[in-house]
Amino acid sequence: MSDNSSPVIPPLLEEDNTIDAETFMEGVWKNNPVFVMLLGMCPVLAVTNSTINALAMGVATTLVLVASGALVSFLRNHIQKQVRIATYIVIIATFVTIVDYAIQAISLDLYNALGAFIQLIVANCMILGRAEAYASKNSVSKSVVNALGMGAGFTIALLCLGVVREVLGSGTFLGIPLFGDQFQSWVVMILPPGGFFVLAFWLLFFAWREERKEAQQLIAEKG
Amino acid sequence: METSVAFIFLNAFLINNFVLSSFLGLCPFLGVSGKLSTAWNMGLATTFVMIISSLCAFAINEVLMALDLEFLRLISYIAVIASAVQLVEMFVKKFSPSLFRALGIFLPLITTNCAILGLALFQTFREYTFMQTIGFSLGAGAGFTLAIVLMAGLRERLDLSNVPSISRGAALSLMIGGLLSLSFMGFAGLGGGA
Repeated sequence: MSDNSSPVIPPLLEEDNTIDAETFMEGVWKNNPVFVMLLGMCPVLAVTNSTINALAMGVATTLVLVASGALVSFLRNHIQKQVRIATYIVIIATFVTIVDYAIQAISLDLYNALGAFIQLIVANCMILGRAEAYASKNSVSKSVVNALGMGAGFTIALLCLGVVREVLGSGTFLGIPLFGDQFQSWVVMILPPGGFFVLAFWLLFFAWREERKEAQQLIAEKG
Repeated sequence: METSVAFIFLNAFLINNFVLSSFLGLCPFLGVSGKLSTAWNMGLATTFVMIISSLCAFAINEVLMALDLEFLRLISYIAVIASAVQLVEMFVKKFSPSLFRALGIFLPLITTNCAILGLALFQTFREYTFMQTIGFSLGAGAGFTLAIVLMAGLRERLDLSNVPSISRGAALSLMIGGLLSLSFMGFAGLGGGA
């Protein structure tokens, strides 16, 4: 993966081609697309009413992210600056069409559950944002690694919501009942408002962690 | 199968509000809803793009169906939306430079507003006729405007209130979004529970 950094096209700028853990981890933790950057919120809230939907959406988005990142990065010295956004969108739309037909072929149930949200991956601003901010400036191998990290971060975030909503809302995990018959399911969690509330809860949790860390640092500095 | 245009309008406007229960167009909903006047203008601009692009999408779908090229649907829709946004941008820049400055980066970002692409895709899935398409796009636009204006009004008040520091920003907006969404569920019985 590391030796295909477009030998045909000499890079215009001196590029830093080192791939380290940071290239991958940036998307997973520091700049998590959902919890930190708040990008691509529509699928995050819409399809996370069960764990399996969340996982499928995460994988589909990652595939598009990696494929479009690789192609954009491969063509980065050929795309005219004025038409770059349009070019990126066409590239993304192509891969989304492929993924859309692939899911339809693999599992029709899943396709029906996700509905229009697979095609709406095109309008996920995270993918366009990555193409513009990262893939158009870095080598193919580096973009792929970074896209994988971003995709992993997005999938983890979707799962964070999907698991909580499924467990509370239907009392199941991956369709397996967790509690006895006595469990009164918390229906609002799988309805639209639940999506807003669970994401707000996660953001509160991360903000609280951040604040506590800062407070501890302050105490440590004072001795 | 034949649903009345008025019901389709009401459905997209209140019962299945585009933002609050279909989760479409959340980026501008959370991003531009800081000030009431900006939110109102953003709603109008989005509605305008919605009407134009859904009519174009309707025409394109007819052509693609006739030529048996359905797999090009997504690419052609997104191209149409991008052009419609460009058109609105030129229009706004010419007639109201102050509005143009107020909307800033969010105007070109209407292109990646999933509410618009979602509208085009939903009308295709549900096989709406021409009149139904018009009703649907008007309802979706009105629903988006209503949601973003309500949100902006609430957030303007919230700026002055004293909330815990960890909930400032996105978390609080999402909680308000959740409450709005909860209250919109009350419209579910409207229109004979269909």
